[in-house]
Amino acid sequence: MSSPDLWSAVRLSLLCSGLALVLTAPLAVGLGWLLARRRFVGRGLLTLIVMAPLVVPPVVTGLVLLRLFSPAGPLGALLRRLGCEVAFAPAGVVLAAAVVGLPLFVQSARSAFEAVDPRLEEVGRNLGWAPWQVWRRVSLPLAWPGLLAGAVLAFARALGEFGATAVLSGDIEGRTRTIPMAVYALLELPSGDAPTAGFVGASLLLALASLLLHEVLVRRHRARLAGGGG
Amino acid sequence: MMAAVPLRGDDATAGWRCTLQLPWREASVSLDSAHRRIALCGPSGAGKSTVLRAIAGGVEVRGRVKVAGRLLSDSEQRLCVPAWQRGVAWAPQDALLLPHLSVRENLLAASDALSERLAEVAALLELERLLARRPSTLSTGERARVALGRAIIRRCETWLLDEPLAALDPPLRRRIGDVLRDEAIRTGRHVLLVTHDRSEAERLCDQVWTLDGEGLRPA
Repeated sequence: MSSPDLWSAVRLSLLCSGLALVLTAPLAVGLGWLLARRRFVGRGLLTLIVMAPLVVPPVVTGLVLLRLFSPAGPLGALLRRLGCEVAFAPAGVVLAAAVVGLPLFVQSARSAFEAVDPRLEEVGRNLGWAPWQVWRRVSLPLAWPGLLAGAVLAFARALGEFGATAVLSGDIEGRTRTIPMAVYALLELPSGDAPTAGFVGASLLLALASLLLHEVLVRRHRARLAGGGG
Repeated sequence: MMAAVPLRGDDATAGWRCTLQLPWREASVSLDSAHRRIALCGPSGAGKSTVLRAIAGGVEVRGRVKVAGRLLSDSEQRLCVPAWQRGVAWAPQDALLLPHLSVRENLLAASDALSERLAEVAALLELERLLARRPSTLSTGERARVALGRAIIRRCETWLLDEPLAALDPPLRRRIGDVLRDEAIRTGRHVLLVTHDRSEAERLCDQVWTLDGEGLRPA
């Protein structure tokens, strides 16, 4: 096994987590709003499916994804015909990051939309705004810091993802070796703990910076919602 | 002086023809009056605010709502004009200003807000020095005045005002009340004013109605 390259792992982790975030953001915001504001048949089932990766062991999540996206799997075969490899490829890292980050983003988005006083949306409608305008001019701006906080949390979770990534993408230097994968690879080397220090430091730094940003955004969200009532 | 606002209704169609089945009452309540300016009094919890919200389309209530000759809802005909197309200005009891907008932006938020009247309305309600402020920095009375301004700056001919003066100190309350009444008379607006103050109701409106456990009726 080769000795992991710190910057290659950091770059890959940031790139894949960022891409996963961009790809899941519209879905997470849409689902968060839907679960916060609409009652419909199958709402409970939808919540269960979206939230499952939070409680299912990541290795199991990875196994399910592998069954679906391996070249022999139903979705993997389809994507292969379109020229896209997922299993044991960078796309698999992105997919695993997206699946484990999505529930945290959806949960934050749901809370952010639920925290918006529905009476303010009623005021918006009275002001002559159609429902989509109320969403754009009232719900979205008021929920915005909460949505950003959810995005940061999902990003941080994606950075730390290990189990599902290991099963779906393996550990290929420069292709699928993210920070957690690199730390695990180092532990198997005979050279001891010393080389892991840089990876652990980078990992902690990114995680703590994300949590700090999350806290700042949550506070801003609370401040933004204050002060409309009489 | 404010510019006169073109009115859809004329004297023949003026007035309130509303029958509402409030969810917690067995019998429906009716507001049937040819007067334009009605005060609605009654004990807390009787449903005064719900009557206003039902007319504004904010809550779905069975019945029929016709104001100033315009049919806004009729559950028998399955007709319900959406809240955003009703063209009635509502000043809610808790002000409910949009907290992410400045006072100026709140005043001009409505799709039918008359921006050329901003300076005039700000002067009438003594809001000139507050225009750049955010709602969170305002007192309760100031918020109430902004909510009132947001309603009366609009083109609509109907004002639904839910205790707009309750948070004001007595001299200001009287002054703003007079401004409201004069503007409503001059422009021929339909006004439904919820208030707990009977003398204020008589001073500002043509007719006083009471909503209590026995129903809705002229006082």
